[in-house]
Amino acid sequence: MTEPFISRGFRGRGRHGATAARLPPGQYETPDFPVLSAGPTPRTPVATWDFLLRGADGPAARWTWDEFQALPHETVNTDIHCVTKWSKLDTIWEGVSLDTLLAEAAARGVKSAPYVLAVSDGGYTTNLPLADVAGGRAWVAVKYQGVPLTPEHGGPARLLVPHLYFWKSAKWVRQLRFMEHDTAGFWESFGYHNYGDPWREQRYSGDA
Amino acid sequence: MSSGTAATREPGSATVRSAAIAWRLATVVDVVTETPRARTLVLDVPGWPGHRAGQHVDVRLTAEDGYQAERSYSIASAPEDARIALTVQRLDDGEVSPYLSDVLRGGDRLELRGPIGGYFVWGVALGGPLFLVAGGSGIVPLMAMLRHRAAALTANGDARHGVPARLLYSSRRWEDVFYRAELARLAEDDGTLEVALALTHEAPPGWTGFRRLIDGRMLAEVAWPPAERPKVFVCGPTPLVEAVATALVELGHDPALVKTERFGPTGGSRSAA
Repeated sequence: MTEPFISRGFRGRGRHGATAARLPPGQYETPDFPVLSAGPTPRTPVATWDFLLRGADGPAARWTWDEFQALPHETVNTDIHCVTKWSKLDTIWEGVSLDTLLAEAAARGVKSAPYVLAVSDGGYTTNLPLADVAGGRAWVAVKYQGVPLTPEHGGPARLLVPHLYFWKSAKWVRQLRFMEHDTAGFWESFGYHNYGDPWREQRYSGDA
Repeated sequence: MSSGTAATREPGSATVRSAAIAWRLATVVDVVTETPRARTLVLDVPGWPGHRAGQHVDVRLTAEDGYQAERSYSIASAPEDARIALTVQRLDDGEVSPYLSDVLRGGDRLELRGPIGGYFVWGVALGGPLFLVAGGSGIVPLMAMLRHRAAALTANGDARHGVPARLLYSSRRWEDVFYRAELARLAEDDGTLEVALALTHEAPPGWTGFRRLIDGRMLAEVAWPPAERPKVFVCGPTPLVEAVATALVELGHDPALVKTERFGPTGGSRSAA
């Protein structure tokens, strides 16, 4: 459509807020924390939880919950943007930077690759370029607003990649697999965009 | 890619680019009042590529100064219908639903794109038995499935051999139940469809349906036994969907067969339908 279609009598209200500039196109701010997941919520006790960074050729670095908790944690204040249109500003998370995990894995001889696939309890997956989980832009988060993550928000641990739409921040994450070739994850196979930059409004497959 | 015209790929397949889902200008051809707070917009959408039951569209409103707001709405109509129906529940503090509820009228145009979503979908080819659980306006994508199922039955000319289906649908009050007359008619005409209603806040005199929030006991009573491996679709407010999906897994249903669609915030009490 070349000419924007004007909706008769629509005024809207989201443009004047102090935070409007922080909202990507098509998003609205919510004070709530909605949930989007495709099935029942998995509940994994921390006693059996572990986290794996698996090399493209097999060997993996593994952390138990206690080992993971012993790694340096960071506090992250960030805005998050869900493809279902809501954004939540100034959310506060605590977790381990992927840079820390990547460096540890490299030191243990795990072979890197240009892409990663996050794999979660319940079978959820999502794919990301390695570059997007490195350089201080991604974490494995274990707390939200100072409190351990509840199962419905992805606890005990979820990925946090706030510069991409929030389905990339996989809940219940247990593994990152290095991939030589980019392979579609769960929503990426059901019509959602492969990369998912909210500022370019890459919601669905084929969006620019 | 998730549309009726393009194939969905398996997770793990190589990534590919496909054509963008285009914005289209629909025309409102009819408006149907469903409940005091919900109405159905019947839309003529030129070039509509077709959809599967359970999919949704994105609606985009543009103000004179260029300000835009987008929201997602589930499609209520069957893929077999020539027109697209969206049932919109009015949220008093909403930005888009009051416009769709109060301002938009027959003959107006509306920008939308879709269909979107390839997971929370069902078609008769997927078989059954089918168990649908809805809370409030969560009935909308499930209604598309029931309408699709009914259309397939009509095409077969045999209402006794449809995919067996059961719907458990929770609303606050009788007047909040979407598609009441149509659901009653579908269940009456079709020996393989059962509809159970639960009212959580208030029931009319002589009410014989459930009169409480959906719980494990109710699900055990209404759902197909786990051994029959029903295909389950649950749609509604987050607390309802969380409670229902958790209870179904506890009853022994395979989590992989329980597909959910949630809306609204978490937490709080399950006071809503």
